[in-house]
Amino acid sequence: MKSQDIPQDQAESLGGETKVIYAESEGGRIEINQTSGWEVEELVLEQALGEIERLSQDALARGRQGLTSPLEYHMYHQRMDLPMLAQAVGRFQWWVKRDFDPRRFAACSEAKLAGYAQVLGIDVATLKRLPDGGAE
Amino acid sequence: MSAEFDHRHAAHCETGAMSSMLRHHGLDISEPMVFGLASGLTYAYIPLVKINGLPLIAYRTPPRMIIRALSRRIPGLKMNFQKFRKPQQGEAGLNHLLDQGQVVGLQTSVFFLPYFPENMRFHFNAHNLLVYAREEGAYRISDPVFSHVVTVDPPSLSRARFAKGALAPKGLLYYPVSVPETIDYPTLLPKAIRFTAKINGPKSPVPIAGVKGIARVARNIRGLDRVEARKAHLYLGHIVRMQEEIGTGGGGFRFMYAAFLQEAAEILGSSLLDEAAQEMSRIGDEWRLFALMCARKSKARYDDTFDSIADQLDKIAGLEGELFLRLMSLR
Repeated sequence: MKSQDIPQDQAESLGGETKVIYAESEGGRIEINQTSGWEVEELVLEQALGEIERLSQDALARGRQGLTSPLEYHMYHQRMDLPMLAQAVGRFQWWVKRDFDPRRFAACSEAKLAGYAQVLGIDVATLKRLPDGGAE
Repeated sequence: MSAEFDHRHAAHCETGAMSSMLRHHGLDISEPMVFGLASGLTYAYIPLVKINGLPLIAYRTPPRMIIRALSRRIPGLKMNFQKFRKPQQGEAGLNHLLDQGQVVGLQTSVFFLPYFPENMRFHFNAHNLLVYAREEGAYRISDPVFSHVVTVDPPSLSRARFAKGALAPKGLLYYPVSVPETIDYPTLLPKAIRFTAKINGPKSPVPIAGVKGIARVARNIRGLDRVEARKAHLYLGHIVRMQEEIGTGGGGFRFMYAAFLQEAAEILGSSLLDEAAQEMSRIGDEWRLFALMCARKSKARYDDTFDSIADQLDKIAGLEGELFLRLMSLR
């Protein structure tokens, strides 16, 4: 790529930061350059974040109906999924999945909840309940 | 302590961290040179390892391999690695080294680093950064993928160092115990380049690596017509994110490798390498086009089809195959 062809699309996700890209200068030297983002990257990132949002909203709706525990919502909301969460707490997936049952989740020990809360990066009080009101 | 540090913005965390660290110790080595000497370039398609339910597709060797390969390749370069059981021990270990004036490399999660923009914070546990000083309530950090230095409060840094899950860092820190004054480039460069060419070329012993891996993914993409559209587009988006978003310097590390080949060409006075650098840069452009096609497909505004995207990938596999075959003859 030539340095004058580097996209500078002011990607929102970069929050004003820049990224490094290697490109050819006029004299043919391939060197370090800055970019403020590329719309292609931005698009696929939005797509990935949108999928996470879809999953957490789905878990939130089911949670409100009492069909799943807050754990499932918080898992997606903190950008994890079942395999990741299971690996983070060092357990099998079925072991974690059982706690998606609201009754079982309500009976979880504080120590177990603290373990989930820690890997999700939230506190236990937040983990125990769903957010108030509409979609967050 | 208010140590100043020669911070340089880099494309990729691991190569950037190593380049800065070695420069700090008097060995002036660029990021592309670190990447090339460690034979960092590859393509790997690993269907068994899933990220958010999608197969792992990597454009470089696995995390930590660059540091390890580099210290194996460069005679006289010795790195010390240390892991910790408990966060308190990890913090004490880090503080002890900083108080001795050492610049320390850390493996961390991205999710728990407060200075990362919200939308970039994912549970990726193999990020690399350098800590160059500490003061009351803050660590001074040179994060290679940021244009400027940052500070982080101790609790956040500790959480990032002891994040759990895949590739858990376990508080890993590293620093050099001996750094050579010079590198014997005429011996090392051809070796490193031939290795990369062999692993990624058409005759690679690894069927999921290099051009063979690319061909596999192309076959996969052809079959996406049979998959639900939402899932198919997520898969393509995932490939593009691995290629562009995750600190690759563009074109899935191909532009950075081109920069390396050019630097190597100058050192060795090799016209073969100079042409290879130009060619690799063109291949990077083809990767960018591939990314663009994938993104356009999900917008359904253009007439890209899964077949045309796969064709583009097969074209890239052909170009890389040819180039790697030529590079294997380098002496």
